[in-house]
Amino acid sequence: MNAFLILENGRVFSGRSIGEGGEWISEIVFNTSMTGYLEVLTDPSYAGQTVCMTYPLIGNYGICEEDAESERPWVSGFLVRELSRIPSNFRSRETIQSYLKRHGIPGIEGIDTRALTRQLRDAGTMNGMITTDENYNLPEVLEKIRAYRVEKAVERVTCRKKTVLPGDGYRVALMDLGAKRNIARSLQNLGCQVTIWPASTSAEEILADQPDGILVSNGPGDPKECTYVIEQLKQLYASNVPILAICLGHQLMALAMGGDTHRLKYGHRGGNHPVKDLLTGKVSITSQNHGYVVDTSQMDPKIAVPAFVNVNDGTNEGIRYVGKNILTVQFHPEACPGPRDSAYLFATFMEMMGGKKHAEESAN
Amino acid sequence: MPKNPQIKKVLMLGSGPIVIGQAAEFDYAGTQACRALKEEGIEVVLLNSNPATIMTDPDIADKVYIEPLTVSVVEQLIDKEKPDSVLPTLGGQAGLNLAMELEESGFLKSRGVRLIGTTAATIKKAEDRQEFKTTMEKIHEPVAPSLVVTDVESGRAFAEQIGYPVVLRPAYTLGGSGGGIASDEEELMEILANGLRLSRVGEVLVERCIAGWKEIEYEVMRDSAGNCITVCNMENIDPVGVHTGDSMVVAPSQTLSDKEYQMLRSSALNIIAELGITGGCNVQYALNPDSFEYCVIEVNPRVSRSSALASKATGYPIAKVAAKIALGYTLDEIKNAVTGKTYASFEPMLDYCVVKMPRLPFDKFIHAKRTLTTQMKATGEVMSICMNFEGALMKAIRSLEQHTDSLLSYDFSKLSEEEFSEQLKKVDDLRLWRIAEAVRRGWSLEDIHEETKIDLWFLDKIASLVEMEKRLKTEKLDEELLREAKRMEFPDSVIARLGNISEKEVGALRNQWGIHASYRMVDTCAAEFEAESAYYYSVYGGENEVSPDSKKKKVLILGSGPIRIGQGIEFDFCSVHCAWAFEKEGYETIIVNNNPETVSTDFDIASRLYFEPLTREDVENIVRLEKPDGAVVQFGGQTAIKLTKDLMEMGVPILGTSADDVDAAEDRERFDEILEQCRIPRPKGETVFSVEEAKAAAARLGYPVLVRPSYVLGGQGMQIAINDEDVEQYIGVINRIAQEHPILVDKYLRGKEIEVDAVCDGEDILIPGIMEHIERAGIHSGDSISVYPARSISEGVQETIVEYTKRLARALHVIGLINIQFIVCGEEVYVIEVNPRSSRTVPYISKVTGIPIVPLAAKVILGETIKDMGYQPGLQPKSRYCAVKMPVFSFEKIRGADVDMGPEMKSTGECLGIAEHFTEALYKAFMGAGMRLPRYKNMVITVRDEDQEEVKGIARSFADMGYTIYATSGTARALSQAGLSVKVVRKMEQESPNLLDLILDHHLDLIIDIPHRGAEHSKDGFLIRRNAIETGVHVITSLDTAAALAKSMKSAGKQNLSLVDIGTILR
Repeated sequence: MNAFLILENGRVFSGRSIGEGGEWISEIVFNTSMTGYLEVLTDPSYAGQTVCMTYPLIGNYGICEEDAESERPWVSGFLVRELSRIPSNFRSRETIQSYLKRHGIPGIEGIDTRALTRQLRDAGTMNGMITTDENYNLPEVLEKIRAYRVEKAVERVTCRKKTVLPGDGYRVALMDLGAKRNIARSLQNLGCQVTIWPASTSAEEILADQPDGILVSNGPGDPKECTYVIEQLKQLYASNVPILAICLGHQLMALAMGGDTHRLKYGHRGGNHPVKDLLTGKVSITSQNHGYVVDTSQMDPKIAVPAFVNVNDGTNEGIRYVGKNILTVQFHPEACPGPRDSAYLFATFMEMMGGKKHAEESAN
Repeated sequence: MPKNPQIKKVLMLGSGPIVIGQAAEFDYAGTQACRALKEEGIEVVLLNSNPATIMTDPDIADKVYIEPLTVSVVEQLIDKEKPDSVLPTLGGQAGLNLAMELEESGFLKSRGVRLIGTTAATIKKAEDRQEFKTTMEKIHEPVAPSLVVTDVESGRAFAEQIGYPVVLRPAYTLGGSGGGIASDEEELMEILANGLRLSRVGEVLVERCIAGWKEIEYEVMRDSAGNCITVCNMENIDPVGVHTGDSMVVAPSQTLSDKEYQMLRSSALNIIAELGITGGCNVQYALNPDSFEYCVIEVNPRVSRSSALASKATGYPIAKVAAKIALGYTLDEIKNAVTGKTYASFEPMLDYCVVKMPRLPFDKFIHAKRTLTTQMKATGEVMSICMNFEGALMKAIRSLEQHTDSLLSYDFSKLSEEEFSEQLKKVDDLRLWRIAEAVRRGWSLEDIHEETKIDLWFLDKIASLVEMEKRLKTEKLDEELLREAKRMEFPDSVIARLGNISEKEVGALRNQWGIHASYRMVDTCAAEFEAESAYYYSVYGGENEVSPDSKKKKVLILGSGPIRIGQGIEFDFCSVHCAWAFEKEGYETIIVNNNPETVSTDFDIASRLYFEPLTREDVENIVRLEKPDGAVVQFGGQTAIKLTKDLMEMGVPILGTSADDVDAAEDRERFDEILEQCRIPRPKGETVFSVEEAKAAAARLGYPVLVRPSYVLGGQGMQIAINDEDVEQYIGVINRIAQEHPILVDKYLRGKEIEVDAVCDGEDILIPGIMEHIERAGIHSGDSISVYPARSISEGVQETIVEYTKRLARALHVIGLINIQFIVCGEEVYVIEVNPRSSRTVPYISKVTGIPIVPLAAKVILGETIKDMGYQPGLQPKSRYCAVKMPVFSFEKIRGADVDMGPEMKSTGECLGIAEHFTEALYKAFMGAGMRLPRYKNMVITVRDEDQEEVKGIARSFADMGYTIYATSGTARALSQAGLSVKVVRKMEQESPNLLDLILDHHLDLIIDIPHRGAEHSKDGFLIRRNAIETGVHVITSLDTAAALAKSMKSAGKQNLSLVDIGTILR
């Protein structure tokens, strides 16, 4: 079955349908990671977006279920140049074709992904529609496409109820705005007991549980839409509980403390972004997935100072809150997919909570 | 961190002659690094013994020394030039080893010279087996368990402990001889005992066998501030067991999930940080295909063949960045020259698939074992880029320059199923084609995997190509099928053959349906950023990104493809200089080439680089897009010359000598006519097509005769026949590949061989110098020692040569370069070969005479005259220096290859000796080629009866130098009669102790062994030569070479050599 991608500027790309038929409108973004397609598919931050993989050969190692970053794929659609006919990896139990079908993800194979990427790079992220209807009416669909907005995405992806993951080290509250699994896993690996809270949880409720630290997760959508969470973060800021915030969490904390956010032309999505630690001068290669960025120019330097910067385009990649035990980063120390170079930030978070407190120590 | 201001003058060490395992990639890396250093205002002193390199051009470094790469030369050079730093990590293993010796002896410290780039301590940690093991253990990076043993019993005990199979590697045997894989105790006992005997130090490494695991490589960079990145990872299609240089390789890895990819990436960064490398580094892994278990195989703390491949595969200039890191810069301070926007501290993202295939020399060594092992055998490689794996593989196959255009190029269909299934177990250069045959025979992928251990994903891709072959054979060629076939990069010729239609028809259908190649940029970032690169590859089914609109004139320059015996780095030298010369004249330059090791495929050499196969169709696609004003083919060697006619048919004017005149030089009859017109004699000869005709021709001419195919390079298939049986055998070999052109049978003349390169502007000629070969005619010019200026010809002969050159150049209407080979018998001069194009000797003659003949030829092609450029036509005055070009062989790497020399070229590289005096130049040349004598002062002489008279003088010279001479009975008798003291040694087939024991004693310097001519080689002589080569004993198979060596050794022991800065030779 043929399928088409119609962009809001009227450009049309064609290929073969690899999933559900019908019409599907979303925001179209591209990701430059060469591996980790399952992690991308299941990253809740992509809710409301269709992802175009710039690497042309996808599905080579099939689906290794334990690599999923959440319980299901969240992307609105998937655009690839070529899907592998067979999966080849000792852990693979399923082909990507059957996985996408099973989850009803619409997608197109055989489209010119590089041309699409160049289009998005030059014109900026835009909306688009995947359709299997060959007789689409362009003016009509364009109107629909242009009207689309990613809305209430956090509400869709956050957990429904509180969950506690066992651990005998620090007690960490994880505010789930669409958290990737490896955040909790990384904390657990350091011995933490992790309590995962829905995005709608109030600051009081979290603080009442007396966590040793709070981790504000990544998540989808326009940060300015998350007014409720921003309000809670103001209170958490005041609480003196150590906080590590990632991606959307980082943006929301900035908005809570006088910063601004704006949309990047075409975002940072991939596993090769160099980020400089302004304290040490060291550059790490990071995993990134964001369409919005923090503008720190209006922030009071007595409250917040930039901690990390993107070497490529100079955008803000992290903030240290003065006099507070709060560090927020735009990139993803939990990786998955992508380089693990900044995984040390979880250890930094342990330091922020008072230094070493491992399973062995608390057992004694 | 900004640049270290204390670094002002840097000594760069090159990698020396091209040998198997150390090829053009170091010219690429070194040239890029020199340019990067000069860009920073650093004064660069360069040392490399290889004259065919671009890095030894006076424009690349400030001071250029083409001298032997020995400790004493470097010491002397440091005292002369007083650099403040030495950069050792860009010259391959040769440069690195030298730097380490100088550091360890304390010399560098005593002269206040620092090693920049990586420190000596780091190099040691990576290179020393024990230190490396300890370091890896410290940071919990697994290595395959291994133990060095000196007796069979401890080897047996250790193997018991780690489990069979085990790999056995004897220490200090060249070419890994005596090693192997033992799958049980019995095999172990046998191989180990033999290995201990062969090892000079009596040591064998016993190691757990991880053959069959996935082999994965990472190219990593680190700066002095500790910032690390990986440039690229690569997956070997051939699993562990085949040297990565001989493996088919794909980038990026295809069968690793992100978990495995990141696990190994983290490990590589962990290792580079622990080793403290500043610059580039290569880490090789074996990964268990059924788990996350892995082992570190090897770390190279320097740029390497793999880093050259990674640079070309990603667009990331590793050598340039490594040079800047050595100066003190950090990755985030170095601009990404490709995007011009981002910095070096990022990781390239590919949105295409890269395939590398090795170029193996079995077409030259037809008797050699084709098995691929952990000892590298490839002389070069090709790379291809496509959006899908199938396409990249198809492009690589047709780039190899070995008559392959698809998976159908070798035919196994006649084998019985039993024979075939036995053959599928073979690990050699034909395995890919056997796998395709297995698919055709209906083998399941699982069964093929069982035999080959190649990952199912790759096998499935091969299967999909075979399925396409079948569709093209059986289905109607409709638009969908043709599009799909082109997407997989099936050439029109193969589509036509399979569909039983003409190639023209396929072309017409493509035009009708608009199926054309488009070109994509290699931009390092998967299109995330706008890039300024001019580096492209083709795809079918995608948007075109090249907009070749320009007001400038455009010239197409065809490169020379993979490095192989007979077509080496010298043609890349010529191509690059051609590009530079045309650029200076205001042209836009377009290079097409497929060799990732070369300077010509660096991203900033031409206005646009197309990384594509050099076939008619691929070039035509580029021509269609670019519409060049002309093409230059005379600098790219045979590969480019072959395309001349095709280019003309496409309507591209050939700049310089016309295609018709090229043909006139190659076509026997036309050429004979020209010689006759010019009144120039040549050895009598005839053209034949069959064995019978050849024998008849030989009878008319009288033996010995020279038999060879026309249109060849490197004397491929050329042999001296002394009788009818030889003729039969040689013609059989030649006809293994279908011949479009006749076979030549010539009278063989045993005279002096003289060679000339000249520039001709249509009227005048310019001859920079006349070269003479030390070996008498009969040995391929590429394998002969070549001396400039010619020493033993009379004024009269010299004048004749100049006159003949002029006549021939004019008669052939040469515009540009011409190379002529002569035979001189007394005062008679015969022409044996004319090549109206650049030759192997062009870089060397340019450098020793200071006359840049490639740029001159380029200008002539553009219409300037020799007089306009300020040169007096004719033979140029002699330089004050004498130069000796010495061939270098890689025999120890190719098991089963005979080391004797003949009209078929066997050398892989060359080095130069240059000095005011001939003997010193000769000595330097031998030294540069690795002949570091005397050592033990023991030698063996075994010659044919007819040589016994001549060898006496040579033997006497060595005896005078204190050599003990061993000889077999016949030779011994002759030498004793001449009053020499000789020890008789038994022949190999006789009882022990015999010649073989003497060789294995490891106390011999050299063997002079003159083999019998003709096809019937004695097995004894072959075994002597192979055993000697494999145990590191020098073998000389020509009396002329032996005499030259004896002469050169008079300079041995001389403390100070004169060092010549090439830049001071007047241009």
